[in-house]
Amino acid sequence: MQKKTFRPKDFMMNYALYLIMLLIVIIIACISPKFISLRVIRDILTQSSTKMLVALGCMFIIVSGSADLSGGRVVGLAAVVSGSLAQQAAYANKFWPNMGELPVIVPILASVLVGLLVGACNGYAVAKLKVPAFLATLGMQMIAYGVNCLYFNKAPNNSQPLGGYKESFGNLGTGSLAGIPILVMIALALCAVVWIIQTRTCLGREIFAVGGNPNAARVSGINVFKILMITYMIAGALYGFAGCLEAARTGSATSSYGLSYELDAIASCIVGGCSASGGIGSVPGVIAGVLIFNVINYGLTFIGLSSYWQFVVKGLIIIIAVAIDVRKYAAKN
Amino acid sequence: MEANNCVLEMKHISKSFPGVKALDDVSLTIRPGTVHALMGENGAGKSTLMKCAFGLYQPDDGEIRIQGNSVTLPTPKAAMVAGISMIHQELNPIMTRNVMENIWVGRIPYRNVAGVHWVDDKKMYQDTRNLFQDLGITIDPRERVSSLSVSHCQLLEIARAVSYGAKVIIMDEPTSSLTESESELLFGIIRKLTMQGVAIIYISHKIEEVLDITDEVTVLRDGRLVGTWPTKELDMDSIVSKMVGREMTNRFPRPEHTMGDVYLEVSHLTSALPHSFSDISFTLRKGEILGIGGLVGAQRTELMESIFGLRPIASGTIRIDGKEVNIKNPREAIRHKIALLTEERRVTGIIPMLSVGENIVLANQTANRKKYTGGGPFLNYGARNEDAQKYVDSLSIKTPGLKAQIQYLSGGNQQKALLGRWMLLGPDILIMDEPTRGIDVGAKYEIYCLMEEMVQRGKCVIMISSEMPELMGMSDRVMVMCEGHLSGILNRDEVTDERIMYLASTYENTERSNEDAKENI
Repeated sequence: MQKKTFRPKDFMMNYALYLIMLLIVIIIACISPKFISLRVIRDILTQSSTKMLVALGCMFIIVSGSADLSGGRVVGLAAVVSGSLAQQAAYANKFWPNMGELPVIVPILASVLVGLLVGACNGYAVAKLKVPAFLATLGMQMIAYGVNCLYFNKAPNNSQPLGGYKESFGNLGTGSLAGIPILVMIALALCAVVWIIQTRTCLGREIFAVGGNPNAARVSGINVFKILMITYMIAGALYGFAGCLEAARTGSATSSYGLSYELDAIASCIVGGCSASGGIGSVPGVIAGVLIFNVINYGLTFIGLSSYWQFVVKGLIIIIAVAIDVRKYAAKN
Repeated sequence: MEANNCVLEMKHISKSFPGVKALDDVSLTIRPGTVHALMGENGAGKSTLMKCAFGLYQPDDGEIRIQGNSVTLPTPKAAMVAGISMIHQELNPIMTRNVMENIWVGRIPYRNVAGVHWVDDKKMYQDTRNLFQDLGITIDPRERVSSLSVSHCQLLEIARAVSYGAKVIIMDEPTSSLTESESELLFGIIRKLTMQGVAIIYISHKIEEVLDITDEVTVLRDGRLVGTWPTKELDMDSIVSKMVGREMTNRFPRPEHTMGDVYLEVSHLTSALPHSFSDISFTLRKGEILGIGGLVGAQRTELMESIFGLRPIASGTIRIDGKEVNIKNPREAIRHKIALLTEERRVTGIIPMLSVGENIVLANQTANRKKYTGGGPFLNYGARNEDAQKYVDSLSIKTPGLKAQIQYLSGGNQQKALLGRWMLLGPDILIMDEPTRGIDVGAKYEIYCLMEEMVQRGKCVIMISSEMPELMGMSDRVMVMCEGHLSGILNRDEVTDERIMYLASTYENTERSNEDAKENI
C-alpha cells in the first residue's frame, strides 16, 4: 500500500550497525593493512564462537522479556566440570586421580546438563516464585560461582588450573576440517538451529508472544510458566556447551572462566537489535552484534591500542546502538 | 466569520507521514465559549489535527491563528503558553505525588530564603483551592494522585489546563473510561468553563454525548474536511452518515434470534478474591446474546475473567452443555471452546511488536498445534498466513499487510484482529468485554454483524457493555450487576435505560429483582 522510496536517512538508521562495523574495519585496515587477511578473519571467527553461543542463549531470554545475569558463571562452572572429566589417563595432575579416560561425549553432556540445571533453577525462580529475573539470576550467578569454586578447590586439585585434556576433546576447540575451525562450524550450526527454533516452531513463536506481552499470551492460552522454563533451560544448555568449548579451546579451565561473558552477551544482543523489553530479536542481528564486539576487540589489539580502550569503545557502541534504535522506533510512531 | 471573533483558527492544514497523507487541506474555526466536537472514524485525522494544534506535530502546510495572530507552535509548551491545552486520552499524572504538585509541576511557587528556593506549600495549597472552587471540583489538593479515580485524574488535568490560562482545551475521548455520573460531573465543568469564555474541542465517538453537550460539529473523513455544522441541525443518523460517507440506516443489525437449549449454566458462583462478586447465577442459551450491564466496580469483568480461568473461584459451579467443568486457567477455557475478548486491548490483548498475522493465529496455534505443523516439528507458514488472511478479509481489517506490526494499526482494526484471533478457534461461547470501546462507527457495526453471525450459527455470545444503546440494541437479555451482586436480568421487551440504571445502582433490591427475573424467564 505504501510506496517505498529510498531515503538515505532511513538507510543509515537501518544499517547503522553494519556501517559502524565497516568504518571500524576500514580505519583499522588503513592503520595496519595486514588486518585484512584470512588468518585474522579465522581468528576473529574462532574467538567469536563461544561468545556466540552465550549470546544465542541470552537472546532467548531477552526475547522472552526476561533478563539473565548468570550466563558467564555458568560458562565457568561448565568449563571446569567438563575439563575435569576430559583429562588424559596419563596426565599427572588429574582432577579425579582414580578415574580412567572417559569418552569425549561425557564431558560435553556433563556441561550441557550443568547448564540445563542452572537454567531450570532460574526459570523456576522467575516463572513460579516470581522473583524479578534480574535478581533471581544475580543470585544464581553467585551460587554458580560458589559451587564452581568449591568443586575446583576439591583435593587434590586445590584450585590448580586444569589441563592435560584428551586429544579428541582438545580438537573440539582447536581442530579444523577443510581449513574451517570446528568451533566455527559448531557455532554456525547452532545459529542455524536456534534460528529455526525461533522462526519455524510453535515454541519459538510462543516465546516471542510471551516476551511481547505475557498477559495477552496467557489469555490466549499459552502456558507462560512452561515457556519461561524452557527458555531458561535452552539458554542454560547453550551456556553450558559454551563452557565446554571454552575449556577445549584454551586447553585449560579455572573457576574464573566466563567472567562477565553475560554482559558481553547482553550487549551483543541489544546492539544486534533485540528489544530490552522483549518480543523483538533475531539470530542475524545477534551474529552481527557478536562480530562487532569481537572485531573491535581483535582490531584494537591488532593495531596495538591498549585493551583498556576497548572498554571505552564498546561502551560507546552500546549507547549509540540503543540511541539509534530508540529513534528508529520513535520515527515510526 | 470575523477573524477576531475566533480564538483558534486552523487554515488549510496538511500533514504527511511516510506513505500516508494524514491531513489534506483541513480548516477548523473555534469560537470562544463554545464546545466544538471533532468527529470521524479512527484514522480520519482527528488526533493528527489536534497534535498540530498542540505543537506535537508541525503541519507541512497551512496556518494556525490564535486570536487573529498567526503563530507557530514548535512544542506543547509553546502551545500552552499561547493558551491551548490538551487532555490526553491516556492520562499520566505523577502517581506518587499529591494533587497540587501535579497541577503546579514545572512552576511550583517558592519563597526565596538565603538564595535557596523553598517550596511554598501554603501558597500552592491556597492557589489550588481557589482553582478548584472556581471549577466546582471537590478534591483535596493534598491527596495522593495514586488514590484518585480516573475521573478525578481527568478533572485534575482540566484544572491544570485552566491554571495555565487555557483559552482552548482539547479533550480526547474524555468519557471513554468514565461512568455516567462521572461524565455528568465532567459536563458540568465543561459548562462552567464555556461560561468563562473557554472553548472546548471535544473528540468523542459517543454521538449521544456530542448531540447533548456541543454547539458545533466538525467531521473529518480520511484526512479531509467533510464539513462543520451547528449541532442543532444534526441528529444521530446524519452524523453517522457524514462520518462513514454512506447512509447507515440501522446501527444494530438485529434479526430475530431462534434460541436453542441452555448451553452455559452458572450457579452461585463466588470469587475467591475479597471485594469481588458473590452468588452469581445465570444461564445462556444457544443462539443467545446476553448483555451485561452495570457501573464501574460492578465486577462484571472479574466475573467473566473468573469463568475464563483467569481468576480463582471460591465456590459455585459452571456447567457447559449439562456437564460440570472446572476451569483453572485460560488453556482449559479454550479447550472448552470459550473465548474471551478482554477489555484492555493493550494490556491483555495485542502483542504490540508482533505482526498482525502473528497476533491473529496466536491462540489457535497453541490450541490446535497440529493444524499448522501437521504433527511435525515445523510450522507451515502457508497455512498460518491463509488463516490470518481469511480474517483480515472477512473482518475487513485495514492493514498494510499481514506482516505489519499490530501496534501501528488503529484501535478498531486492532480490536478486529483480536476478534479474528478468537474466531479462528471456532468458539461456542464468545465473551466480549466492552468490545466497541473507543472504536469507530464502521468497525462497531462490523463487530455487531459478527456477533449476529455467531448466534445465527447457534453459538452463544456474552457482551459486557457500558454503552446503553449497544446493550439494549444487541442483547436478548440484559443481566445487570451492582457491586459484585446480580441485581436483575431483564428480557428484551422490558429493557429500558431507566430499569438498567436502577438495577445498576441498587443491589439492596437483589432479592426482589431476582424474583422478577425468575418470573420473566
